[in-house]
This record gives sequence, C-alpha cells and structure tokens, in this order.
Amino acid sequence: MAHFSDAKPFSEQWLDERLAVKTLKRVLSQEYWIPKNINFLWAMGMILAVTFGLLLISGIFLLMYYKPDVNLAFDSVNYTIMQEVGYGWLFRHIHGVAASVVFLIIYIHMFTGIYYGSYKKGREMIWISGMLLFVTFSAEAFSGYMLPWGQMSYWAGMVITNLFSLGGLELNGLVEWIRGDYVPGDAFLSRFFMLHVLLMPLIIIGVIVLHFGTLRIPHVNNQEGEEIDFDVEAEKYLSGDTKNAKIIRFQWDFLAKDFMVMAFFLTFFFYLVFYHFDFAMDPVNFDPADGLKTPPHIYPEWYFLWSYEILRPFSKNIGLMAFGFAQVIFMLLPFLDRSPNAKPAHTRGLFKVWFWALLVDMIVLSIMGKVPPEGVFNTIGLVAALTFIGLWIALPFITMAEKKA
Amino acid sequence: MSNTNRRDFLGMSFAAVAAVGGVTALVGMKRAWDPLPSVKAAGTTVVDTSTAEANVMYTEKWRGKPVFILKKTKEMVAKASNNEKARDVIVNGEHFLVCIGLCTHLGCIPAYRPESENFLCACHGAEYDQSAINTKAPAPLPMPIPPFTVDGNKIILGKAGDTYNKMKEAGVLGSTPLDPKA
Repeated sequence: MAHFSDAKPFSEQWLDERLAVKTLKRVLSQEYWIPKNINFLWAMGMILAVTFGLLLISGIFLLMYYKPDVNLAFDSVNYTIMQEVGYGWLFRHIHGVAASVVFLIIYIHMFTGIYYGSYKKGREMIWISGMLLFVTFSAEAFSGYMLPWGQMSYWAGMVITNLFSLGGLELNGLVEWIRGDYVPGDAFLSRFFMLHVLLMPLIIIGVIVLHFGTLRIPHVNNQEGEEIDFDVEAEKYLSGDTKNAKIIRFQWDFLAKDFMVMAFFLTFFFYLVFYHFDFAMDPVNFDPADGLKTPPHIYPEWYFLWSYEILRPFSKNIGLMAFGFAQVIFMLLPFLDRSPNAKPAHTRGLFKVWFWALLVDMIVLSIMGKVPPEGVFNTIGLVAALTFIGLWIALPFITMAEKKA
Repeated sequence: MSNTNRRDFLGMSFAAVAAVGGVTALVGMKRAWDPLPSVKAAGTTVVDTSTAEANVMYTEKWRGKPVFILKKTKEMVAKASNNEKARDVIVNGEHFLVCIGLCTHLGCIPAYRPESENFLCACHGAEYDQSAINTKAPAPLPMPIPPFTVDGNKIILGKAGDTYNKMKEAGVLGSTPLDPKA
C-alpha cells in the first residue's frame, strides 16, 4: 500500500497523497506554458469557455419553466418565462444573446487560427477538435432554435430536416424517422428538446475537454509562428530568468491577460443583453408555429447565413452537394494547406490574398443569404458561392507554390 | 490451452456477445424514433368542392400537410398544355388542381398568385404553373398529387381511386419531372 502521512484531513498534503493534486495543478496550469508573443486574439478560447458557462447556467433556469409540448411550448417561453418568472426575461435574453455571440467569437477564434497557421504540423488535432465543436455547437443552436415553437422554429425545422432526404435520393422515410411524424410535431419538439438539453451538451463538454487536451503537447501558437522549445524555455523560467524566457505560466500569468480581455467582452455582452437583445430575437418567431402558413421570407440566424446561401442559388441536388462541401471542407484545412510554413498570413504571399478573399466572400454570402432571393442578389449569391468552392479548390495549389520561409 | 489463448477466447466471446447486444440496442433505439401508430393512423380528409370559386386557392390539412385545392377558370383550362391537363382532377365537369402544397425544394409552402395564375415559393424563389408543375429552379419536381377519390361533389384525400391510379400509370403524379409546355 502507498504511504500515507498523518496530514490534517483535506489539507493540501492530505489531498496530494490521495489525488496527486500538486502534480495535476503543475501539469494542467502552473507549468502549462503560454508564449509571451501573443495578442488579445489568444483570449478567445477562454471567452468561449465563459460564454458556454453563461449558456449552461441561463439554460438551467429556463429549463425549470419550459414545456416541450406543441400546445404549451410557445406560451411557456413567451408568457411564463418572459412575464411571470422572476428575472425570467433576463435568463432568456442572456441565453439568446450568448447563443448568437458565441458564434461571433467562434468565427474570430477560427479565423485567428487560419491567419496564424495554428492548424499546421503538430496542431492538426487542435483544429479538428475545434471544428467538431463548431459542428456540435451548430447542432445545439439549431435544436435550441426549435424550442420556442414560433413560426421560424417550425419552418427552420421543416427546411433543415428536409435536407436529410438528400435531394434526388428521396429518403423521405429518413426525414419522417428524424421527425417521428410527417411534419414537425410533438415527437419532433420533444426529441429536439432532449438533444438540446442533454445529448448535445454532453457531447460538447466531452469535445471541449478533448480540445483542451489537444493543446497540451503542441502548446498554443504565437504571433510569428516561432517554433519554441518549451523544455528549454521552461527551464529558463523556473531557474528565475523569467525576463528572458519566451513563455509565461498559464496560471495566473496568462489568465491575468485573459481576464483583461474578458472584462471588455463581458461589458459588451451585457450591454447587448440589456439594451440590444432584440438582434437575437427574430420578430417572426413571436408568431406561434403554423404548419399551414410559411412566413413570406425564411432565413436562418446570421451565423448560418453563409452556408445557407451556398445551398440557395443552385438546383436542388447541386445545391445540396455544395452545402455538404461547405460543411466538411474546413475540417480538412490542415491537409489542404500544403505549405510547411506555420507563419502568419501576411508573410505567406498568395495565402494572405486567399485568407482575406475567403473572409470577404463569407461576409458577402452572409449578406446575400439575408436578402430575398431575387434579381441581382441571385447573381451575386451564385458568384460568391462559386468563389467559395473555387477558393478551397485553389488552396492546395497556392500553398504548394509557396516557398519555404 | 495456454493462458493467452484462453484470454483471447474470452475476449473474442465477449466482443461477439457485446456486438450482438449493441446491434439489438440500436434496433430498439431506431424503433423508438419511428412515427407512433397514432401518428401513422391519421385518417382521410374529405373536401366539399360545391362552394369552391374559380381561381381562388383553398388549403386543406391532410396528415399534417397542406393540400392545395384550386378550381380552374374556363380560360385556364383552354390555355393549358397536355401535361397540365393530365394533372387535372375533374369533379362534375369542373377542372381542379389537387396537390400537396409543399415546395419540392425544401418544403416551404408556395403562395398562389391569382393575377399570374401561378405559384411562387418565397423561400428560394421557385415557381410552379397552374397545375403545380415546376417552371423555375431550384424546385426539381412538380408538387405531388396525394392519393384521392372523387365521390360526387367531394374529393376524399388519403384513399386512392380510379382517376388517381390512372394518373399514376401516366406518370403525372409528380414523382418524375414534367415539361410544363408539352
């Protein structure tokens, strides 16, 4: 048997003998090293973790009054939670605004990774687990959007579940199986409620742990893409030469920087919650779901607009293929970028053009996804969708031609 | 038999039993998500056409889906193409369009425009003619005709009658593309 001293119960020594808390603390935080050469964009990860926490806590309070039943759901949200429950409106607005803002931060986090080449050799699993989080957050956002059972909930549910018939394959049985009905109904609402409050959050928490785990060995990237020997730098830091070491501790040195950025973020976030929550509350969704009346104009929340617009300008089957392409292509980024340079985009020639072209193209797609599908907007949407596909096809060639820096 | 072999055997037996159990569990889970019998047993819908006005669209509900009923004017019948006429349901000499009113692109409900005598889906801009045959992308197919029986002035939805079966043989129900001008 292991040796146990007479340390005071629950003292650090006592816990360390039983749970190795000192080792855990050292490996996971105090000697988990972060480069000094970073900027505020490196704080987005912790901001996402905090926003997820806000979603979880506000969600728990909403869960106590929400009713997953087609006859009760709409009123349980719009009357009970909004009018009767003490501060129910606050929890709903925190939940709705955080669900929208979390995607803004995810996109910043993603494009930071693309810009600085933080998905390159050694860091592929960071990128892939991050994209898995994007997919699971998307599923979480969609299932949550069903719950108020307004017109947008119902028709988004109709359109998105119809995608699973896979166009010309006509898999209507699969669509009916997903819905548990011919149209979105009670079975559909209850199972999406289950997905939203249990299964998806469980998966998300698991993938967040994986995402943190993937960082531990390659460590986070830095502004210049410099390859840091973390063992050498750690030795320097621990021997007292903290000034010349290129790294700092995660706890509390990096966290102190994080908290600074987080303070700005939370100020912005609660400004939105209290004064501009309406941007996350579509007025159409304040009409109860009606299966016999499609709203004149259906569009998803802003964070899905770019992929929705890729679906729209083509005929059904080609549109679905383009949409499928857009869903998986980001996942493959570490393997499509053939350049060995883990450097920021501004030092990588054509890749810099590619990066900004992709960003602008996705903004154009998002705007076109929101306007009605008419006239010149159709043409712009088609060109932007083709540009998106073209950019990804061009990426291996652009990066292959890149010289080793 | 050595210890190793015995362990391999145990491991493989365990894996085999677990695989069977796993597949069985998946079948059970799949069944749990199937539409319930009460949902499947949704009955028929009876539509009385005697009070219908021409060029006014009526929407009936059948198995949770909207069904469009449109009585055509004499002019509409006169200018209709053969494919358009082949989809007409004739009740007491009057021509009717009967179809499931969901866009064949992604299931939105198209709106009828009496002035141009056609349908427009606001979601993605698809258009359909007076017989619900798609005339503009992204809709790939005509809106489908549900099983129906004509009984005097009434159309019974959900029960396949002679006219429906003939339409099925002619291939005009909407499961295959149709040329609106042919």
